[in-house]
Amino acid sequence: MKINQADLIPILIVPALMLIGFLAIGSLSTWLTLTIAGLAMGMIIYTIASGLTVVFGLMDVLNFGHGVFITLGAYLAVSIFAGMHGFLLSPDILRNLLAIGAAIALAVVGTAIAGAIFERLLVKPVYGDHLMQILVTMGGLIVGEELIKVVWGVEQVNVPIPAFLKGVFAYGDFAVEKFRVYAFAVGLIAFLGQMYVFSQTKTGLLIRASVHDREMVEALGYGVRRLFVGTFIAGCALAGLGGVMWGMYQQTLVPQIGSQMTVLIFIVVIIGGLGSTWGALLGSILVGIVANYAGFLAPTFALFSNIAIMTAVLLWRPQGLYGAAAR
Amino acid sequence: MIPWSRLLSNDLPRSRILAVFLIALMLALIVGPFGFTGAKSLSICVKILIFAVLAASFDLLLGYTGIVSFAHTVFFGIGAYGVSIAIVHMGANWSAVAIGTLAALLLSVVLAFLIGLFSLRVKAIFFSMITLALASAAQTLAVQLSSVTGGEDGIIFRLPPVLMPSFRLFDERVFGIFVDGRVIAYYLILVAVALMLLAILRIVNSPFGRVLLAIRDNEFRAEAIGYPVVRFRIISSVIAAVFACLCGALLSIWLRYAGPDAALSFEIMLDILIIVIIGGVGTIYGAVVGSAVFLFAQGYLQEWLKLAGAKLAGIPLLEQLLSPDRWMLWLGVFFILGVYYLPSGLVGMLRGTVAATAPIQSRQRRRLAFADRLLGRNK
Repeated sequence: MKINQADLIPILIVPALMLIGFLAIGSLSTWLTLTIAGLAMGMIIYTIASGLTVVFGLMDVLNFGHGVFITLGAYLAVSIFAGMHGFLLSPDILRNLLAIGAAIALAVVGTAIAGAIFERLLVKPVYGDHLMQILVTMGGLIVGEELIKVVWGVEQVNVPIPAFLKGVFAYGDFAVEKFRVYAFAVGLIAFLGQMYVFSQTKTGLLIRASVHDREMVEALGYGVRRLFVGTFIAGCALAGLGGVMWGMYQQTLVPQIGSQMTVLIFIVVIIGGLGSTWGALLGSILVGIVANYAGFLAPTFALFSNIAIMTAVLLWRPQGLYGAAAR
Repeated sequence: MIPWSRLLSNDLPRSRILAVFLIALMLALIVGPFGFTGAKSLSICVKILIFAVLAASFDLLLGYTGIVSFAHTVFFGIGAYGVSIAIVHMGANWSAVAIGTLAALLLSVVLAFLIGLFSLRVKAIFFSMITLALASAAQTLAVQLSSVTGGEDGIIFRLPPVLMPSFRLFDERVFGIFVDGRVIAYYLILVAVALMLLAILRIVNSPFGRVLLAIRDNEFRAEAIGYPVVRFRIISSVIAAVFACLCGALLSIWLRYAGPDAALSFEIMLDILIIVIIGGVGTIYGAVVGSAVFLFAQGYLQEWLKLAGAKLAGIPLLEQLLSPDRWMLWLGVFFILGVYYLPSGLVGMLRGTVAATAPIQSRQRRRLAFADRLLGRNK
């Protein structure tokens, strides 16, 4: 979606932070490693958060149960990995890719179906009432998480990394984990895909128009409701994709991963401004980079860095970085 | 003759069954230590008392002001930790209890005010998201600051001697039991809870409470009549925080313990939500009824599930679905069903009013909202 030309200041925060981070860290190679890790984390978070924020912009629906699709995606992928263990560990890249492709495909399809059910059962009956939405989708999060526990158990699961993604790219003393580069690339592809849909297709045009003025689009004879269901399902599928990557990023998986991520995603969406995709992208990258810098410089502070960014942003702009622009 | 109606701020139960239930509950709780000898039943009684106020103060937000806070446990935790930390540092005396409670209250008021100032200015839904983030941060903080809060293990502490189990008020047995420190602590909590419930009833039935209802029903109109919506919402959330904080202090006095699981966990937040929904949103009595029903069920439901699970042993999926570890699943299902099908809770059902006071939008309110939107007066 288009950036307001006059409002470039929030974007400048990112390079400014990178510069401050560089001065504080002092070593170029460490800084590069941390920055790339931060960008990778940011792109994963964005993949998950974008669905939430578009759905809110479109229909004024905030899904407190978004996190359950992250968990579901991650667990579906782990099941595939367990079944295709030989493929995953074989030195042949093609076989690795096949295993990853199958995992991502299952996660995306699985979460899309779950999203459709979730929408029908929990979101549709409570349109237009925030209070009810919060309560019901929160209930959905709990029930979903418990169902995942029923199917996959409560124990921590290790997420295997395919052979070709293990290890690092090294140039001199600059080293970066291969997986992070890959995660960044997948996140970027998801982002570019979204941008393509939003700016080049009629569906995207309708979504943007509906965010702007739902009644007008309805009056012109388009079914915003159908558009909304589609967007909701796509958002859940993106959360599933993000879940696969987040599971591999963390390398271990517990059923609570989704509810933990929910908090992070909310922070990102609040920073960016409810309903704004650009804001969510900016918020994700901010959170990712600061978490990595802070983790290196002051590990205890890292746990609260997200809250600190959120507070700072809200002090500056109570609606979030791009809050007013979206509504 | 005690002016009963005025004591209840003229907000009577308005249902015979409800009144009978409340009186029976009250009598049972007063008899408490003399009637139930088991440690488990007495601790269920205390939990019913404390959660009644905790849920009632949450109802002030959800049912009367129309906002959802997920940080209610944060204030509960501040109260619990406040008393515990003060006693650990100042010794087991009454001034430590008082100073701990006052410091916790002060912190709660400031924090609730700041949260409200930050988030209620924008949108009610913002408030929910920010409080959710803060609740998780508070939990991390309590675990990380282990030098102050005891980390995951929490704090175990001693109480002023009068409240310790070894204390005897009389040398003789009274009605078959020794009146020890535990019994005194129980009645201390009972009196405090009764006073707080009456205070909350007073608040929601005051002119201030009426304004809150007006804001809940139609924010735009309330603002138009001349009530500053944001200010009223902030005051309401500060009041709720004060009561939650006091509840936390009472709980830690009973448990002689404060820890992240007992005072800050998300499960407590969930319990509060379920209690308010089961009992009836926007009624205050609902919190009391819900607390009694829910905690009684919680105390025994897990045992029933264990029995059911034992019968189903061997059937793979059903066995896991009904295992006592999965009881949150059923809680969640009941919660969703409650929100849908029992929007005014048990109290609403008994009173015979359907959804009149619940946060669900009635058709008329939806029409008004639509009219507002047509006229461009959007939120």
